[in-house]
Amino acid sequence: MRDFDYEAPRSLADAVGLLSRLNGRARPLAGGTDLIDHVRTGRLTPDVLVDVKKIAELNRLEFSPAGLLLGAAVPCYRIYGDSRIATRYEALAESCRIIGGIQIQNRASVGGNLCNSGPAGDSIPSLIALEAFCLIAGAQGTREVPAHEFCIGPGKNVLQPGELLVELKFPPRPSHSGSHYRRFIPRNEMDIAVVGVAASVTLDPKSDGIVAARIALGAVGPTPLLAVDAGRLLVGRPPDAAAIDAAAKAARAIARPIDDMRGTVEFRLHVTEVLVRRVLTEAIERARRARLD
Amino acid sequence: MARKRIVSAILNGTEQEFLCAPRQTLLEVLRDVLSLTGTKEGCSNGNCGACTVLLDGRPVDSCLVLAVETEGCRVDTIEGLAIPDQLHPLQQAFLENAALQCGICTPGFLMSAKALLDGNDDPSEEEIRFALAGNLCRCTGYDKIVRAVQSAAAPTSADARQGASE
Repeated sequence: MRDFDYEAPRSLADAVGLLSRLNGRARPLAGGTDLIDHVRTGRLTPDVLVDVKKIAELNRLEFSPAGLLLGAAVPCYRIYGDSRIATRYEALAESCRIIGGIQIQNRASVGGNLCNSGPAGDSIPSLIALEAFCLIAGAQGTREVPAHEFCIGPGKNVLQPGELLVELKFPPRPSHSGSHYRRFIPRNEMDIAVVGVAASVTLDPKSDGIVAARIALGAVGPTPLLAVDAGRLLVGRPPDAAAIDAAAKAARAIARPIDDMRGTVEFRLHVTEVLVRRVLTEAIERARRARLD
Repeated sequence: MARKRIVSAILNGTEQEFLCAPRQTLLEVLRDVLSLTGTKEGCSNGNCGACTVLLDGRPVDSCLVLAVETEGCRVDTIEGLAIPDQLHPLQQAFLENAALQCGICTPGFLMSAKALLDGNDDPSEEEIRFALAGNLCRCTGYDKIVRAVQSAAAPTSADARQGASE
């Protein structure tokens, strides 16, 4: 493997200082499950890897009245192993449970999945549907970017040289809410999504009508997509088959997939509509169950 | 060349210091520096699980971990599995169930299975298959491996099942 140096700063200030001083010649290292492979194959050529796993802020997994704070380096196994996340942010837990096998889940982080910015990254639709904000630190201070604006192209995102993704902030889940992530792959497990869909739904406890809905799509565009209209048209409607069908068609309408070895454009469009229908149905069912609790 | 580092880790229960360059993976250091060649190199990109070791008790692909990252960590490899003069129950079960052919994937399977049984002494078949999904075997077709793990998990009940079916 290419020669590089290794730093493991213990404070966020030191990490940001290092990254900005190295001005794009360094890469942050969290789980390393993609990064180390990319360095080995020569796809990335950093001079320094900055291990961010020793920084407290990037390892946080905290609940507060402001919601969930999830450090960018927290590995998948800690996320799906947390019962509060599994019950309140179901889509996030489900994404983490299907990224790679156990060996990968023990290292790989959601922050890393987001920063790789793959169109098919399994955690990204869930971050978008659950309305996560990305806290980014740089030499000039910090800024926040909504998850659906973070990726700007295949493998590309809004991070500037020297900037570091610190944590993801999820708003608290209203009662009577449910979420779900599901993907289509040709195998049973461990594959790259042909299409991935996440949805979050909140119901009115009295009328059963939909109060809020967000639907996000993976692997059907150059970045994961927020299906704005599909979510919006559900608001105020009863969560019935007609509403679900309208949302599925609206989501399909924004999909811009490519043909590749995993699926054709036509197939992906069809699967998008089917998956949105199934994912919404499950999210609504969960929101109803949450109401009974 | 980047400066070499002295790393101190608990390797198979014993504190061990080693010298490594930042670019060396844990797999490289285990095999080439420490001569622990029981851990195998398969794909070297995190797909096959042949290089699985336990890092602080959790299975990881050692080809995707830098050796410098293991400072202060517990690392358990296949060499630490058997107790002197006696195979680990999982190793015995793999032999008895013919759960290997060429053997390259076996150390990785054993380490993943050990981590599973450390946290769950009676896993279902589905749980075993999930726990071993990151380990690929090109010879056996997995059923014998799953059976071996089942019998190591609950030797008495597996014997009883066997007896009942005969």
